[in-house]
Formats: sequence, structure tokens, C-alpha cells
Amino acid sequence: MLGYLLRRILAAVPVMGVVALFVFLLLRLTPGDPAAILAGDNATPERLERIRESLGLNEPLVVQFITWVNKLLHGDLGTSLISNLPVMKMIGQRVEPSISIALCTIILAVIVAVPLGVIAAWKHGTWIDRFVMGLSVLGFSVPVFVVGYLLIQVFAIELRWVPVQGFRSIFNGFGPFFERMILPTCALSFIYIALIARMTRAAMLDVLGEDYVRTARAKGINEVAVMMRHALRNAAVPVITVIGTGFALLISGVVVTESVFNIPGIGRLTVDAVLARDYPVIQAMILLTSLIYVVVNLLIDVAYTLLDPRIRY
Amino acid sequence: MTNTILDINNLVVSIGKQPKGANIIDGISIQVRERETLCLVGESGSGKSVTSLTTMGLLPKGTLVPTGGSVKLVGEELLTATDRRLRQLRATKMAMIFQEPMTALNPVVPVGRQIDEVLRAHTSLDAKARKQRILDMMEQVRLPQVERIFASYPHRLSGGQRQRIMIAMALVLEPKLLIADEPTTALDVTTQKQILTLIRELQRDHGTAVLFITHDMGVVAEIADRVAVMRQGRLVETGPLETVLRNPTMEYTRNLLSSVPSLVPRAPREETREPVVLEANELSKVYKERAFFGKGREVVAADKVTLTLRKGRTLGIVGESGSGKSTVARCIVRLIDPTSGGVRLAGREIADISRRLLQPHRQKIQIVFQDPYRSLNPRVTVGESIAEGPVNYGVAHTDAMKRARELLELVGLPADAVTRYPHQFSGGQRQRIAIARALALDPDVLVADEAVSALDVSVQAQVLELLDEIQKRLGIAILFITHDLRVAAQICDEVVVMQHGRVVEQGPAAEVLTHPKEAYTKALLDAAPGRNWDFANFRPVEEGVGATA
Repeated sequence: MLGYLLRRILAAVPVMGVVALFVFLLLRLTPGDPAAILAGDNATPERLERIRESLGLNEPLVVQFITWVNKLLHGDLGTSLISNLPVMKMIGQRVEPSISIALCTIILAVIVAVPLGVIAAWKHGTWIDRFVMGLSVLGFSVPVFVVGYLLIQVFAIELRWVPVQGFRSIFNGFGPFFERMILPTCALSFIYIALIARMTRAAMLDVLGEDYVRTARAKGINEVAVMMRHALRNAAVPVITVIGTGFALLISGVVVTESVFNIPGIGRLTVDAVLARDYPVIQAMILLTSLIYVVVNLLIDVAYTLLDPRIRY
Repeated sequence: MTNTILDINNLVVSIGKQPKGANIIDGISIQVRERETLCLVGESGSGKSVTSLTTMGLLPKGTLVPTGGSVKLVGEELLTATDRRLRQLRATKMAMIFQEPMTALNPVVPVGRQIDEVLRAHTSLDAKARKQRILDMMEQVRLPQVERIFASYPHRLSGGQRQRIMIAMALVLEPKLLIADEPTTALDVTTQKQILTLIRELQRDHGTAVLFITHDMGVVAEIADRVAVMRQGRLVETGPLETVLRNPTMEYTRNLLSSVPSLVPRAPREETREPVVLEANELSKVYKERAFFGKGREVVAADKVTLTLRKGRTLGIVGESGSGKSTVARCIVRLIDPTSGGVRLAGREIADISRRLLQPHRQKIQIVFQDPYRSLNPRVTVGESIAEGPVNYGVAHTDAMKRARELLELVGLPADAVTRYPHQFSGGQRQRIAIARALALDPDVLVADEAVSALDVSVQAQVLELLDEIQKRLGIAILFITHDLRVAAQICDEVVVMQHGRVVEQGPAAEVLTHPKEAYTKALLDAAPGRNWDFANFRPVEEGVGATA
């Protein structure tokens, strides 16, 4: 198992290497002077020269790459062209809200969606099944911001149960953190509940047709045990896959949610950076997102081996 | 001694709840007594599995519904019992084992725990007592190293071991009734023999009543006390084993018995001087498993197999699963590339030529696969499927379609079947289509890879007859891969017996199958179920019968 983990982590290194190379070349291979692109249209010649200097653009490409990767490994992602702050610091300040939303969303989605899917499959063809599937179509088709504004209207403005928007760190107390987290989490998890419930139902329906489920019933154990112990564990692999890829895709959803609820997360940082052509920040965000993808995929693969003894490591 | 355990009386099972739904089971009545094995025999679709699932209360909800009659277990009515009561009865009073040991066990739970579930659901024993009882039971079903197997996952066990686990699970609470639904069909003959013996012995020790469902007359002859023959949801005939096998009263039973191929090889055909069309020379296939670190594993699937096939002759490759017989067939057709050795097709070496150079030779050798339900593209009409090959080789489409109609008639189907789709045909008809498709290219060699194994005996007999007739008419050579010695005895001129990738014995079928020289061939023949019965002639095989039948 340990060897397997090690191998998987080693295998992730070349992937990240390719991403790093791509990010590096993003700036260097754009037509024109990267310094000019970075500096924008109204740059003074001094500013241009300073940028050239700081990027080491006078060196050969290979040397530039090595220097860049070396800095990267030491946690130096460069300096923002807009705010002049180190990119690492900017992301560090913004990462907590985004991670909080993402994790809360995925946890809520799993807690709600998996039982829904199981019940729908168990009561296949009944009104319960149709109700869950209808709900799931709704979840797919209503955009995040619509759900978000609806929730704000009802729970923050009409009922005044929770604050309208904003974010408090969990380190400043759970209560304020929690009440500001509820609405964005609900808004964003809607579509994931739809997705995961659908996948769970499909996987369960597949598994319920298997011979070993019939064997379990022939043993005379009760239906709940048949569902949970025999069916769900076997249906888990495709469900985990969807949860994993869903988590990776969350990042785009986080951007919208952060805008709706005015939360200072990395989603908004990215949007702002793109609009302002703040290349060092964009580069850092691409690297971060890729890293999340790789790590999530690694976790999924580890989860497979834990769930299914036939998958060898 | 003659306690009736299971009493099914005038049972009717219909599709759906509506009164107009068709009856899948139409008024059958059977009884199984203590210490007795009743074999329920019938071809696919006869309703024998539905009967057993009705008894267990395991019919798919809503689609199949018992609408009449009664099913009594030791006097207790099951059809009107609540779900809760049925759950209590399962595993304690009645238990069931299934056809596919490969899929009947949950792959993600260790087998010991799967048996343990039965005890936890139905007894109040503590963990230690439960484990002791399970290990006991596992020893009774003759599993080796019970402690190790207790903690093993199903994929670590062989098919035979898994079926033993299923039997242990079924009998751990000593139920009065054991329903065995084709429990040995998916197993090799030698394993089958062991499992049949095991069921017999456990039945004797525990006094269990056994309802044994099978399509295989050989198995019936081995295990039954009484036989009930079913057809299309009705009971055709029932009686003691000897009576049914010797003096079947009903036409259907007679036909069913006559279709069982005899183990006694057919009269050998004269040796021919026809040219050799196919030769395999020291053909080997090694599967290498590459490891990330360290050394990989090697599996020798075929080890220096040499065989010769003449025009107009049939060569059988027989062996159990994993013997390498299919690997050899696939190497010869070049569906997979052999690791070493040669294949000469009509005098031309094809084992190592490139795929592109091979293309013109492909039409000389064609293959028919085992499963007629999966070997035809469901979205392509039968005619297009047959014509596709010739069209690939440059025949005009209209000519190819015309030929397809002729071929369909040759295999005994109406010519207008060309416009229909595979799902409109039965399994036997589909296999005929697959044969027509293979013949469309006028091959010199037809490879039949378990081509009749998925078919009911009566259909099997027809397809074998068809192959024979085609061979006579077209002079085609047939390479026939099968695990079934009865089939091999009826169609092959020569046989090659394989085990673990090696050829154990080869020679004329009449010789090898009556006077085997090798221990393995003897064991195979010895394990063939019902070897003492000559079903087609309604009598036991006399001692020392030679190749004269």
C-alpha cells in the first residue's frame, strides 16, 4: 500500500512538470515582448526594463526556466503586477474561504445525495424515484447564481436568519463562520446533489441486478443490510469517481458563488487577475488548480483500492 | 421417512398484476420429500428457475407475480407469507445456491463474513461460537485451510471453492430444503463431479430435501431420485429417475433424451488423402505481466501446440477452462499474436506476417464464437452482417446480399431474414446466422469456439447436424473447440486434449475417447456426468462398448 502511494506520488511529478512548462511558456511564447504584455499599454520604458530584469528575459530560455522552477520550489511565485505583493501571500490570504466553500459543498452534497440516490434506486419506478429524479433535473438546470440570489432573498432578506454575504474565518469562531457559510454552500451544492444522486441511483440499479444481491436476499437478511452492506459498497466506485471529478470542477462554481455572496476567495482573485492581465497571479492559479486536480485524482485512486479488494496496488 | 418438505400445487405465475398477463408458470405441481433429490429438467425458458425463485419469494417484484395455486414448505403456505416471515424462513428452513459462483458472492466482502451474516441474522450466537460453526461448516464442504479462506475475498478463490462457500452458506443452519439452481453448469467437469458428490453426501448427513434444477441430462442421471420435466411453464412428465430415463411416456421427454449427444464416439470416417489446410507447429503464447518494480509474471497460455487439419475433416480441441484451447484457436485465426511457433494456412505461413499482409488470408479462415447473443452487432441487419466480409474483399454489395440470402437458406433460415435484426432471432437461429456469416467468405477452415455450448440440447443437436451437412457439401475443414466431451465425440474425427496450455493426448476421436492413454484424459472421461447412460437409446451403457454405436 505504501509502495503504491509512493509510486502514485512519483507519477504525479512529471504531470506537474508538464503543467509548469506550459505555464512558463504561456508568457514566453506569446507573440511580442512579454515585458510589454506584462506592463500593459501605458508602461514607461523604465517600468518595461524593470520587468525584463525581474523576469530575467535577457537570459537563454532554458536558464530562465530553471531559475523559474527553482524559485517556484522555494515558494516564490513572483510578484503581482497590480498590487506589487508577493503572489504567494495573495493566494495565502484568499485560499481559506474558497477551500471552506468547496469542502462544505462536497460534504453537504454527499450527505444528501447518496441517501437520495439509494432510496431512488431501492424504490425504483415509484413516485419517490420520480420525485428524486425530478429534483435532480431541476438541480442541473437552475444556474448557481439564481439559486444563490433566491436563497439570499428568502433567508437573508425576508426571514433575516443569516447575514446576506461576506466571510468570517473559522479561526474567529465557528458560529459566525457557519452562518455565513450556509447559503453559499447550499447554492453551490444544488447541482452536485443532482449529479451525485443521479450517479448513485444508476450505480445502485446496476448493482441491484447482480447475483450477489440475490444471494444476500436469499440469506434472509433485511433489506437495509442488503442495500448498505452489499449494494452500496459495490456501487461506491463510480460514485467516488463522480465525487472526485465534481470536486475538481467545483473551482469554476466557486468563482460564481464568491461573486454572488461577495466572498474574498481565490475564485475572485483569479477573475480579477485575468481581467487585469496580472500574469504572475494567473500562472500561480493555473499551477494551484492543476495541483488540486492531481491530488484529488490521487485520493480517488487510493479510495478505489480501499473500497474494492480486486483493484490491486 | 416420507415427510413432504416442499409441496407445490397447481402453481401459476403470470407477468404483471393484470389478469390478462401471460402465464410463465401454468399450473405445475411437484413434491419434494425428506432426503430426496428432485431434478427439475427443462430447456431455457421452461420456467424452472421461476419455480425456484417463487418458492424462495425472490421473484423480481411487480414483473412476475404468483396468481394461483399454493407453495407449502413443511405445511406452511409461502405465497401468502409476509416479507418478514419469508426472511425468517430463508437460510433457516429453505436455502438456495445459484448457477454462477463467480458472481454470486459479494466481491468486496471476505467470504467468512458473508457466511457470518446468515448466523447474525438468524441466531443469537456470540462471535466466537459463530466463527467456530462457520469453520466447521467450511470443513464439511471440504475446503482446505479454512482459516485462510475464511478471511479471503471471493476473487482469490476458484470457481469450485466459491461454490463450496455458497453451499456452506446455504447449509450452515441445516435448512429442510435446498434449492440448487444449475449449481454446476459453470464449473469444469472434474469440479462438477466433486460438487455433485458433496451435495449428495451433505444431503445424506443432514436429511435435506433437494430441488435440483438443471438442463443437463448427464447431471440428472448422476444425482436425481425423481425427475420432473418442464416445458414452457408446464409439467410434461414426472417420475422416478429410472422410469423417466428408460420409459419416457411423453414425446417431448423422448426428444429431449434423444438429443443428448452420446459419449460413445460416432463411427470413424475413412482416413483421407486430402491436402492439409491448416497446420500449427509448436505454437506458443506467453502472457507477460509487466511490473512497475521488480520482476513481472509470466503465464504460458499455450505451450508448443502442434496440430494438423485436412480438408473436409473436423479436429476437436477439448479441455477444461484455462487449458489454453481458446488461446490456440485465437492464435490460429490471428486474433491474438502467437509468441512463437508457426501456423500454415493452405500452405502459407501466417504466424508472423504483418496484419496488412495477413489481410488477404483472413478470408480463408473464419470463426464462430460461443455466445450468439453477443457476437452479432445488434444495430446491423442480419444481411449486412453476412455481406460485410465479402464487401470488404471487393464483392459488389448487391452480389454480396444475394449470396447472403443463399447462405441463410443453406443454414436453414428463410432468405428474407436478411432485412431483420439479431434480436428477432432465438439463440439457435443466431448461431446459424453466425455460421452463415463465417461461410460468406468461402473459408477453407471454420473455427468453432464453443459454438454450441450456450445452446439447449435440442438446438445443439440441430446446429451440430448443420455443421456436419455443410462440411459434406462444401468440404470445409472444421477446428472445433469444446469443453464438452459428448459434443466432441459426435462431431470430431480427431481430438487434441489440452491441459495447462499443453497437449496431453491427441489422436482419432474414436480411439482417444474410448481408450484414453493419459491419466488426465481418463479423469476427464470419468468425470463426464451420466457416462453410464446411453440417453438416446433409453438404457444404461453396457460395459466395454467400443466405437461401434
